[in-house]
Amino acid sequence: MTARTLPRKDVVIVGLGWTGAIMANELAGAGLEVVAIERGPWRDTASTSAPNYVQDELRYRIRHDLFLRPGQTTFTFRNKTNQTALPIRTWGAFMPGNGVGGGGLHWNAETWRFLPSDFVLRTHLTHRYGKRFLPADMTIQDWGITYDELEPHYDRFEYLCGTCGTAGNLRGKIQEGGNPFEGPRSRPYPNPPQQQPFSHTLFGKAAREMGYKAFPQPSGNMSREYTNPLGVRLGPCTYCGFCEWFVCANYSKASPQTTILPVLMRKQNFQLRDNSEVTQINTDSAGRRATGVTFVDANGETWEQPADLVILAAYTIFNIQLLLLSRIGKPYDPVANEGVIGRNFTHQTISDVTSFFDRSKFIFNPFIASGSIGMAIDEFNGDNFDHGPHRFVGGGYMGQMQTSGRPIQTTPVPPGTPKWGAKWKAAVRDNYLSALKPGTGVHGSMYSYRDVYVDLDPTYHDRFGRPLARITIDFHENELKQNIFLTDKFAEIFKAMGAQQIVKEYRRGPYDITDYQTTHLCGGAIMGTDPKTSALNRYLQSWDVPNLFVMGASAFPQNAGYNPTDTVGALAYWAADAICTQYLKNPGPLVHA
Amino acid sequence: MRDALSRVITGAASLLATACTAGFAAADNLPARDASSQVERGRYLAVLADCTGCHTAPGGESFAGGRPIETPFGKVVAANITPDRDTGIGNWTDEQFDVAVRLGRAADGSWLYPAMPYPYYTRMSKGEVLAIRAYLSSVAAVHHKVTSNQLPFPFDIRAGMRLWDALYFNPGPFKTDPAKSAEWNRGAYLVNGPGHCAACHTPKTHLGGDRDHQTLQGYSVQGWFAPDITDSTTLGIGNWTATDVVAYLKSGHNRFAAASGPMGEEVTNSSSQMTDSDLAAIATFLKNVPGESVATRPLDSHAPVMMAGAAIYQDLCSACHNADGTGVAYLIPSLAGASSVASREPTSILRVVIHGAQSVATAHEPTGPAMPAFGWQLSDAQIAAVATYIRNSWGHAAPAIEASAVQKARKAAG
Repeated sequence: MTARTLPRKDVVIVGLGWTGAIMANELAGAGLEVVAIERGPWRDTASTSAPNYVQDELRYRIRHDLFLRPGQTTFTFRNKTNQTALPIRTWGAFMPGNGVGGGGLHWNAETWRFLPSDFVLRTHLTHRYGKRFLPADMTIQDWGITYDELEPHYDRFEYLCGTCGTAGNLRGKIQEGGNPFEGPRSRPYPNPPQQQPFSHTLFGKAAREMGYKAFPQPSGNMSREYTNPLGVRLGPCTYCGFCEWFVCANYSKASPQTTILPVLMRKQNFQLRDNSEVTQINTDSAGRRATGVTFVDANGETWEQPADLVILAAYTIFNIQLLLLSRIGKPYDPVANEGVIGRNFTHQTISDVTSFFDRSKFIFNPFIASGSIGMAIDEFNGDNFDHGPHRFVGGGYMGQMQTSGRPIQTTPVPPGTPKWGAKWKAAVRDNYLSALKPGTGVHGSMYSYRDVYVDLDPTYHDRFGRPLARITIDFHENELKQNIFLTDKFAEIFKAMGAQQIVKEYRRGPYDITDYQTTHLCGGAIMGTDPKTSALNRYLQSWDVPNLFVMGASAFPQNAGYNPTDTVGALAYWAADAICTQYLKNPGPLVHA
Repeated sequence: MRDALSRVITGAASLLATACTAGFAAADNLPARDASSQVERGRYLAVLADCTGCHTAPGGESFAGGRPIETPFGKVVAANITPDRDTGIGNWTDEQFDVAVRLGRAADGSWLYPAMPYPYYTRMSKGEVLAIRAYLSSVAAVHHKVTSNQLPFPFDIRAGMRLWDALYFNPGPFKTDPAKSAEWNRGAYLVNGPGHCAACHTPKTHLGGDRDHQTLQGYSVQGWFAPDITDSTTLGIGNWTATDVVAYLKSGHNRFAAASGPMGEEVTNSSSQMTDSDLAAIATFLKNVPGESVATRPLDSHAPVMMAGAAIYQDLCSACHNADGTGVAYLIPSLAGASSVASREPTSILRVVIHGAQSVATAHEPTGPAMPAFGWQLSDAQIAAVATYIRNSWGHAAPAIEASAVQKARKAAG
């Protein structure tokens, strides 16, 4: 069908999640005419969720109410390049969001900064350990940006969100009670940390007694009422424990809905089209300039939206797919080790420890929780410890971060318990209050490899006839070794807390697409300093098409041992700042390769 | 997959502000105006008088009419007051316009219904009304025929209004009280004149006339209870400071309360666009309107209905409104001390519990939080119990609400 053409806009934004909302508000604030095109439905707190029905584990957690339907679009998966990938028909390892707010609506709101060394990873590791210490097929890179450059933008995102925490490093001075390994902060968190329930407090105490510096996890669930710099108000968290996979009905979790959209939606020069899926970024005949996007509305009608500036702000894998389908940037070829789109795709290396305590002495009340509650230690993250003796690189934070006691999924039972029946029920009942299962207790990095990437599937197509994105991913020995080391360290702390029985659930290969890990897919359209090995320059601007900027974790050259959202938000503000202060004055490449 | 339609959502026409109308939604980005011009003077007076609140239909063209106004006697649809010659008031003379606004008589001499608040607009001067006329002559003419009189017999006989006027209409411009400050006088003029606060907030006789001895003591209108806004600390807004009053009118929110329903529309269309000095004048006047206080004792907290209500409150309400009913400033309204809670009639509390409420979002308070509906979740008896509990806690005292009243409220607002 021939696309009908809509009136030209200054800016078209693909996707209205965190980064789309940030870019829209900044660019509309700069006076530009902005339209955002969102695949899913409109969502706001009032019309999408209410405290009298939103705590529905079956609807949201089990039946994935907020998420994309695989029938709408999906992707294919394989572990190795010599395998045939098959389409995913039920989400597992990660959860693609759908609708206004994107992942920012259903996240837990864990709001971590990456370490200064994470941004210069290859330089840092080769300097400390030598070139030969890194596996030959590990393709980690520097980001092309430093922590110090990003710091003001981290600060801006955290004050937008009202992040709650205890600073560990204020302008270079280490602070008691915070994370001493973090990069310097220009000012404290906008809000004090959330209160910690019993098990989290006990973990912090045991960790301190073992010599670790335990600190509260930085949280986007409010410890008190907060008014952000845009004048939008958030309320204090009620510790109900329905955060990740859910919409917060109490205005207590930072999301685009609770921080930006009330202001953005009032702007006369901003327009949103919901239930409309962008199918292509259009370019001129030379492929050097984006002319807008093509999208299909809910009636199946095709439209062209011309624009001078295109912001791609979808989820990682859909950013990559749209670039490949639009023939922007050279597709990555792992055999030739050439090309950039799809390259350096990563996820996270997660594991857990379940521990069982004497139920006559320990009542943990796991249902008192929030999505980013918890006490953590950072001694084993990034390069905070000497990797020399351990023969691996990377690491992660670890902590007692049990973020809910939701009844369907919070059923830890000791090994040997039958899988069903009266004995299983009795074991669930006996252990519910006295067992601890942090969920993602060990939150490890996943570094990039030559044979972990995304390309277009040769066989399977979406409902528009476009090839699905194909993921090729497996764990490498470096990450598996890292995980064993971290999980063992983690279990020691639960032993010190007094656990009677400890079950270590190491992350093992092969990568399992059916097992939820995190939604932290990263890479595939990475930022960097060299157009041969990166899709974007340091301002998230496409090397090939300078009026295209690509947001999100797809820009991460590799993933660190933290949740990505704080860095995603900071990079969006960094890019918005570059567009407003540099690009608009002189549209063109901001970095000359 | 959910049944979805693509939509375009632009600016303040979002779901967050369905009550907004295109012409007045742009409060954030108002262009600079020449304050000395007759048209600008008229525009501001039209804001004070909230003309658009009735004369612009939701989603319709500015001032093209079509907004049904529900009265106890039936529906009256606001007229098209654009300069269109066929369906608007383009053919009216200035004199005819003045007579309509200040004396309640249409161009053909017929009586207007006091749904058109001429008993209050009469406090304006002729010059002010002609400024409004100048402004209305500057807006786009819209061809839109409106049948205003949709009242049932016998109320549809306009001549009946002759009697009504004789009983209740006291024409004439505002008279300054030299014993009071200039600010008080300005506030009195705004409240009793163009602002027509009493149209909703003053109890009415059976014929719909104001009960003057109960000025601003609250009245049920359009399925809501327009609360007591006197200085009574038990029934009115006596615990608000003048600053709280200004914040509420300007932004729709203050540390205690949030505007929703018809008051949310008023904030959007009128008071959020008033000058700070006019808002301060309104606050000064309202803080000097004495109210009544009640000496009734709250129900016994051990009464079965109070214990049932307390349990429901603890389970379903306290997470947001707090166990002590204080809420969260500017986000979750305080129930303790709220005039809409302790009101003589439980219209608003029942409506809000049954159907929920969307508070108004404004440039100064963009958040626009909402109260969810509980009508699907709670039985009539449960709603009666929790409303009774709220109306008899934290200093409030009011008679118990019967389940039958909840059933009636479901139908009325449904």
